[in-house]
Amino acid sequence: MNTVVLLVCTGLGLGALYFLVASGLSLIFGLMDVLNFAHGALLSVGAYAAWWASAEAGTGFWPAVLFGTAVGTAASVLLELAVIRPLYSRPRDQILATVGVGLALPALIMGIWGADARSFQPPAELAGAVSVLGAVVPVNRFVLMGAALVVLVLLRLFLSRTRYGLIVRAGVEDRAMVTALGIDVRRAFTLVFAIGGAAAALGGALAGLYFGSVNPGQGTGLLIFAFVVVVMGGMGSVTGAAVASAAVGLVQQFANYYTAAGLGDLSVVVLLAVLLLVRPRGLTGRLA
Amino acid sequence: MTANSSITGTESPTGISVPVPGSASDGDSGTTDRGRTIPRTGESFSEGSITLRRALRWWPIALLILFLVIPYSAFPVPGLLDGPLGSPGSLQLIALCLLYGALATGYDLLLGRTGLLSFGHALYFAAGLYCTDLAMLELRLPVLPAAAAGIACAILLSLLLGAVSLRVTGIGFSMVTLAFAQAGAILVQRNPGGLSGGEEGRAAPADLLPASLVGIGNTANLYWIALGYLVLTLAVVHWTVGSPIGRVWAGIRENERRVEVLGLRPYGYKLIAFVVAGTLAGAGGVVYLLLTGGATPQAATSDATLALLVMVVLGGSGSRWGPLLGGVLYTWAGHRLGDLANSSAVADLPAVLRVPLSQPLFLLGCLFVVVVYLLPGGLARLPARLRAARAASAVSARAGSTVPAPTRGSEAA
Repeated sequence: MNTVVLLVCTGLGLGALYFLVASGLSLIFGLMDVLNFAHGALLSVGAYAAWWASAEAGTGFWPAVLFGTAVGTAASVLLELAVIRPLYSRPRDQILATVGVGLALPALIMGIWGADARSFQPPAELAGAVSVLGAVVPVNRFVLMGAALVVLVLLRLFLSRTRYGLIVRAGVEDRAMVTALGIDVRRAFTLVFAIGGAAAALGGALAGLYFGSVNPGQGTGLLIFAFVVVVMGGMGSVTGAAVASAAVGLVQQFANYYTAAGLGDLSVVVLLAVLLLVRPRGLTGRLA
Repeated sequence: MTANSSITGTESPTGISVPVPGSASDGDSGTTDRGRTIPRTGESFSEGSITLRRALRWWPIALLILFLVIPYSAFPVPGLLDGPLGSPGSLQLIALCLLYGALATGYDLLLGRTGLLSFGHALYFAAGLYCTDLAMLELRLPVLPAAAAGIACAILLSLLLGAVSLRVTGIGFSMVTLAFAQAGAILVQRNPGGLSGGEEGRAAPADLLPASLVGIGNTANLYWIALGYLVLTLAVVHWTVGSPIGRVWAGIRENERRVEVLGLRPYGYKLIAFVVAGTLAGAGGVVYLLLTGGATPQAATSDATLALLVMVVLGGSGSRWGPLLGGVLYTWAGHRLGDLANSSAVADLPAVLRVPLSQPLFLLGCLFVVVVYLLPGGLARLPARLRAARAASAVSARAGSTVPAPTRGSEAA
């Protein structure tokens, strides 16, 4: 029982991390048809900015997380304005350009701070563990879950209550129609990119907490699971991404524990294959 | 599958229209007009120039002969290579360049010819690489049966995974192929049952390889194998693209819905493209194994696939020579930039310049973004674009007015 509780908490924590990466990815994809390969690099930027702020600049943990998120947001806006927007009429080239950025940014980070992982010191109040139903669970799992929940609620409020949310939702459904109605979708693009980048960078900062260290390849590694989550959840659906990331995190943890280590990652892909065979459009039935 | 191919044989040559250059939205259109030397700018040529141009059509043969005799040459190429042409080090690098050029050409069967953006191509390369190595190490098979087993693995895997991932279209397909490839990469790294050797990889058994393929003195033989693989890949790609199936591929690339409306099922054709490309990649894995003497997990990573993508786009996707050019350039640059990073000239630079220059991947990534921006269609389109620009300026100089260059339309589209 203890093990099950621990696995559930760890799986949900990991799922929360996936959700932070995947939510922005899913929105960007749904709205713009851009598969953002630089999204993992944005996560790395957020992670390293937070690590730098807490380890080198000596700020506290929460200011460091804020700083990392801010830097990641700025980087994503810059990415949208400098790389994505000029290629507006060439969707495939947009993807290719993000591939280039996704290769270059981690390489740059590696050049500056080295290829080795840098240890990330959590603050004292987040370093411990709490007892849940008899299981001892590290606190950082709950921090991640809380952050993911906050992001989910904020995103849903943004999408359902604000004018831009309406434009984004409409754009995900039918971009051509929104444009035809005379609404400038481009500003919504930048906004969605900023939101996605902020979520990814927050994920990066908290990934440092979860894994205890940051390394240049972390973002790309997480990005691939985020892709799986986006496909499973249905493109452009935030709720779908939330459900799928929880499922992926749980499956991965349980398979890792009850079978050989490493099979968890494989079982996620098997899960994806099975889902695609049964429902080619993902959980929420959205078009791929 | 058989039903589909029988339909192709009779209907598709007339049923599918040849794509019009410039009509594609992604800038890699126009396979029909590349690699030919027909003047497109409306200038007239004299008799002698036409004969010369006819003779120039045989340049690939001349180039091939040139490449065949490279091991006998001691020609120094300072800057490009460390040693003279025929030295083992240079031969090894040239062979790697040719191998990656061939891999990129095979990958372009998906990207440039069928319009399938696969992010998992390295998996089939790694399947050929590891299965061949394991067949030799664990089953003690000689090279040729082991290679056959490796390629068979690549065929089976690409058939199975292609069948699943082609159930989703568009970007979903890209992500699913990526997920499968990642699973393969993880499997290789976790070293199941001590088979893959984990991070270390596994060396090919020297005792099972013929003596003519082992040792630095025999690099020339490996080089010829790589060259042979390149020629084979080019032949297969050229032949399949020109076949009725290849015409359906072009139709799928331009407009998949139109192919469906014509009564063909794109799924089967896409699967054929996927399996042919996977098979070629598997064969490339065998060549890589012989060339480097072992299997390493780097071959299976998603970065390996992205590198293939970068090569294809750098050179020009959908063109005959572009992917080859891109693969050769990328591989060469990757090696030489690594040398640059370790050189003393870079080490003395201030940190602002030293850090970016010491990361080959950073430079290649930036170069890639620049090419995507400024050169849609890649390096292979460069001569045509320059010609068009020159013709346009000549025309405008003559007429005294500005006339847009012919290729502008396809860029803007």
